[in-house]
Amino acid sequence: MDGWGGILLLAVIGVGFGIVSVVLSYFLGPRNPTPEKLAAYECGMPPVGDARERQSVKFYLIAMIFLLFDIEVAFLYPWALAMRQLSWPGLIQITVFFSILVVGYIYIWRKGVLDWGPEYDPDYKRPPKPGPAVVKRYRYGTRN
Amino acid sequence: MAEIIAWVTSPMFIAYATLVGVVFMALQISAAVMVYAERKVAAFMQQRLGPTRVGPQGLLQPIADIVKLFFKEELRPKAADAFLFSLAPIISVTTAFLAFAPVPFGAATTFFGLLPEPMALMIADVNVAVLVIFAVASMGVYGIVLAGWASNSKYSLLGGLRSSAQMISYELAYGMSLATIVMFAGSMSLREIVDLQQGYWLGFIPKWYIFIQPVAFFVFACAGIAETNRAPFDFPEAEQELVAGYHTEYSSMRFAMFFMAEYINMVTVSAVAVNLFMGGWHGPFIPVEYGWIWFLIKLAFLLFCYLWLRWTLPRFRYDQLMSFGWKVLLPLATVNLLLTAAGVLYFGL
Repeated sequence: MDGWGGILLLAVIGVGFGIVSVVLSYFLGPRNPTPEKLAAYECGMPPVGDARERQSVKFYLIAMIFLLFDIEVAFLYPWALAMRQLSWPGLIQITVFFSILVVGYIYIWRKGVLDWGPEYDPDYKRPPKPGPAVVKRYRYGTRN
Repeated sequence: MAEIIAWVTSPMFIAYATLVGVVFMALQISAAVMVYAERKVAAFMQQRLGPTRVGPQGLLQPIADIVKLFFKEELRPKAADAFLFSLAPIISVTTAFLAFAPVPFGAATTFFGLLPEPMALMIADVNVAVLVIFAVASMGVYGIVLAGWASNSKYSLLGGLRSSAQMISYELAYGMSLATIVMFAGSMSLREIVDLQQGYWLGFIPKWYIFIQPVAFFVFACAGIAETNRAPFDFPEAEQELVAGYHTEYSSMRFAMFFMAEYINMVTVSAVAVNLFMGGWHGPFIPVEYGWIWFLIKLAFLLFCYLWLRWTLPRFRYDQLMSFGWKVLLPLATVNLLLTAAGVLYFGL
């Protein structure tokens, strides 16, 4: 009974719970749709255009390098389990494997794939601090 | 037929079915308790009282909230993808429940002699529990991404995209820190990892992995908070910029399911942390038969830390989040892993 059956059982219970609660609230809740309610939320403004526009290419880059490194982590698990049997040769092999990936890692770091903020400008100079504020004094009865 | 009846009425089967029911209810109740605790802790940290009206000390507030959500109107934007819009919360809540399946929460027990043989206090005793948790954690991304995409709202889509980038980035560090513990323990079964942490050094320092592997614990904690989308990494629903992120367009029970999934995920990550780093159900003064009491105490402490962090630290900037994950946590976890391996081999641990 225990083992994978338990995982399947909990998955079935989870899906069942989701469906039951959606169906229950479908029957219990009121339904009174208006065009405004059915529009996408945009802080009260009428929605402008479609949401599915082009997004920053950074997200796709992250997804791609994630795939690479995730496979690395997936490869790590068998080694991690057998580490004591593989001993030093195994550790050296995994270090070589890592160092190949580190080359790529340094490359993407230098290329700025991991930088999301505004671009760094080495020539940027901080604007000079403004001096003490000059307070104009007005005298009653004069014109300025 | 008679065999099936005999099997179904056997004490082991009844005990197991009860256990599944108890875990399922406990996870739901823990979500409710966490909502209440979050509001109370936040209130006390800000010198307010928090919920006080429903029940004594406002204890029934989460139940009132759930009942209210059942009776709310279910809205779906016209431009939304109907099927995926309904599917997303179900995926979220299912993966949340699923992730708890391989997590043990107590020593094997016969329930005071009620059972013929001891039963492990966990739903699924698989020997690759760590791998299952890692896999289910990555499946949780689908719920959020699909919710963001299906809503066809700008805030939702941005929240979904952001959170997918965040979760996959931190998953690497998460997996690395798990691999470090797997390597150190030489086992992937959470039950065995917990049993390896019995005993004391010098008579009083418990042999928890948090003391041997503080770096792995730090990485695990950061990545766990980011995986569950909690402050200071709560970008998917950064209220000030994205309204409610991926669940902006959700209402009624569908919204409640996302909410519940978030809290159940917190419980699961904390439970895994207790098992991996804090000795699970082993502790002084309480016999191992009642070890689940220690487990609950440690779990409650870690969950309180979640709330504590949320109301103490401000949210990171998005570029800080990404560079922290990729430039600090990932190299740190990798170096820690290799150094640990070298240390284990050198000292013959």
